[in-house]
Amino acid sequence: MRRIRAAAAGAVTITLLTAATACGGGSSSGGSNASPKTLTYWASNQGASIEIDKKTLAPELAKFEKQTGIKVKLEVVPWSDLLNRILTATTSGQGPDVLNIGNTWSASLQATGALLPWDAKNFAKIGGKDRFVDSALGSTGAEGKDPAAVPLYSMAYALYYNKQMFADAGIANPPATWDELVADGKKLSKGGKWGIGAEGSNASENIHHAFVFAKQHGADFFTADGAADFTNDGAVAAVKQYVDLMAKDKIIAPGNAEYAQNQSVSDFAKGKNAMLLWQSAAANLKSQGMSEDAYGIAPVPVQSGTPGTGTNVNSMVAGINLAVFKNTKNLDGAAKFVKFLTSDAEQKILNGAYSSIPPVKTAQTDTAFNSPSNAVLKDTLAKSAAALPQVADESQFETAVGTAIKGLFADAAGGRAVTTASVKAALEKAQQQMPKK
Amino acid sequence: MTTTTAASAEPGERTVRKSSPGAARGPRRTGRIKRIGLPYLLLLPALVLELLVHLVPMVIGIVMSFKELTQFYIRDWGTAPWAGFDNYSVSVHFDEPVGEALLHSFFVTIGFTLLSVGLCWLIGTAAAIYMQDTFRGRGILRALFLVPYALPVYAAVITWVFMFQHDNGLVNHVLHDQLHLTDKPSFWLIGDNSFYALLTVSVWKGWPFAFLIVMAGLQNIPGELYEAAALDGAGLWQQLRRITLPSLRPVNQVLVLVLFLWTFNDFNTPFVLFGKTAPEAADLISVHIYQASFVTWNFGTGSAMSVLLLLFLLVVTGVYLLLTSRGRKTADV
Repeated sequence: MRRIRAAAAGAVTITLLTAATACGGGSSSGGSNASPKTLTYWASNQGASIEIDKKTLAPELAKFEKQTGIKVKLEVVPWSDLLNRILTATTSGQGPDVLNIGNTWSASLQATGALLPWDAKNFAKIGGKDRFVDSALGSTGAEGKDPAAVPLYSMAYALYYNKQMFADAGIANPPATWDELVADGKKLSKGGKWGIGAEGSNASENIHHAFVFAKQHGADFFTADGAADFTNDGAVAAVKQYVDLMAKDKIIAPGNAEYAQNQSVSDFAKGKNAMLLWQSAAANLKSQGMSEDAYGIAPVPVQSGTPGTGTNVNSMVAGINLAVFKNTKNLDGAAKFVKFLTSDAEQKILNGAYSSIPPVKTAQTDTAFNSPSNAVLKDTLAKSAAALPQVADESQFETAVGTAIKGLFADAAGGRAVTTASVKAALEKAQQQMPKK
Repeated sequence: MTTTTAASAEPGERTVRKSSPGAARGPRRTGRIKRIGLPYLLLLPALVLELLVHLVPMVIGIVMSFKELTQFYIRDWGTAPWAGFDNYSVSVHFDEPVGEALLHSFFVTIGFTLLSVGLCWLIGTAAAIYMQDTFRGRGILRALFLVPYALPVYAAVITWVFMFQHDNGLVNHVLHDQLHLTDKPSFWLIGDNSFYALLTVSVWKGWPFAFLIVMAGLQNIPGELYEAAALDGAGLWQQLRRITLPSLRPVNQVLVLVLFLWTFNDFNTPFVLFGKTAPEAADLISVHIYQASFVTWNFGTGSAMSVLLLLFLLVVTGVYLLLTSRGRKTADV
């Protein structure tokens, strides 16, 4: 009996200990080659659906397996889940080997220490850092640190406009400034149709636009030393100008205030909205039945003049990066996989499929990326796009300010006044929610 | 009731004790240990599971609430620096933004819970009483009533999301286009109306449980009571007040407590309806804590808020049980 009791006590102690250590977080080892024949890959949802992504990626993964003998287990993760899934994997240490991350999260995820740093030695394994376009490298981690990820797909915002609707309203050219956009939008907003669409309840989307508007007002949401600065005059004016497209100019349908599932892309494809500010929308529009001749593509408007650096920035550097979990059991295989996905041949195939721009210089020069629409995106990326602040608090900033803008859109839709004071108050509240330093 | 069980248990125990000293040493001693040890041994698996599933995570949560746990440390949370009571003081400083938002969310949750539980109970009880009479189609109706309770939460709530949509939703179509009750289509998923949208879904989802429990409770009321009351000239209302409701009291006590705890902690409904960040008017505390922990990556503060919530619910439940059990004792006397 005593033995049984001792055994039972032992069992409890052991289970408790395993539980306690299991909760203690992932191992801190820097990757190994314990299982060299398999890899797990979390791809972000890039195409119109998860199924389309699986179809696009499956033949490429088969190609990789044929070349290297390494089997890749693929999981396509929807955007809404991706950050949380990465976070959970970071905490438990049970993550994939290779994964896609939104490039704006690079510095936030880098701060967790879970991602493999891309130092010179690791970059050498995939052909060197110089293969990548500078603007894309600008959103791979905090400045002065080794990148936490490698650019995979690059994207930029552009203005998509419905040619027929423009012709019907007697508008010859797409707007180049916001004043022109508002004037055109007013001509187009009638009879149940609207000038332009927005995703009012999508925090990230709100941030992307607020960031560009802020740049155009010569402002930023963070100070040079990385502290949150959401209430400076430029930032307030930027957010107000964006929300005013609905509140004051009335060229966005109030219903867009609750959009968060890319409904504005569908509205544009269906001809309900005449304009759409989106990143690399071609593949998505095609899958929704809108032919490429039906719309034109122009640079996102600026306050005055032509797009460029400084206050004429008209897009964030959008895109997807490829990261490797530090505690991978197949470090060499992971490096080979990253090399494969960033190779010229794969870059052409995948960026072609997702209508994005290759962040790899040699692939970008391919004729496939010289279509008029791609020319606009490429030009924007090269000349007038800026990376979102690469600070550790970036993901919190997206939530706090993105949600504040969601609230302001709700006010606008509900007929409440959106004033400089109310915008400032909302941003003030968002700033106070940021982690204290 | 209680006295009888105690009395019957005591003699039993005494016999065990009496028989053991009189017995010889050695083998009989092991027998005694066996008799005393066996129940504990049988309890052990349950104890271990309880420990692993509830106690250990709870202790870890409490430890986390004293740490400065942000994204810098989640990979190995043991290394996060101690924060002392900082997380708690941030949470209860109600004149600062974090505390203010928590307090707001707390009051929204209280209002929401009281309304939701009240309505669930009212509708459930009314339906159960109505369904007592036999009539054609009662079985089908009863089964239909239970549908919301049987549906998977996600599927049910996402359907509500479609119905509540501003442009194409059924709710606006009926209220605005058909009945002309509003001068323009309303927003239900953003802004102030979101509270009513949440309440509607919560009640729709919750009342069948109340219906089920009350129906079971009604089965236990002897029909003779009603017959006698009817003979004495008691009308329906009096029968309800003097017989039905008092007899349902023990059932209702449990029902209300369970509904309160479920509704107060409901995460699925608001999360599916509004996503990661709920509109201010419908910012329930469960989503609020989730947001603090998993969206803004302040796990320490999130844990502290959870502990505070746990304490609050413990106090409420304790007081409630105390009050209701006191009531029962007086009733027994």
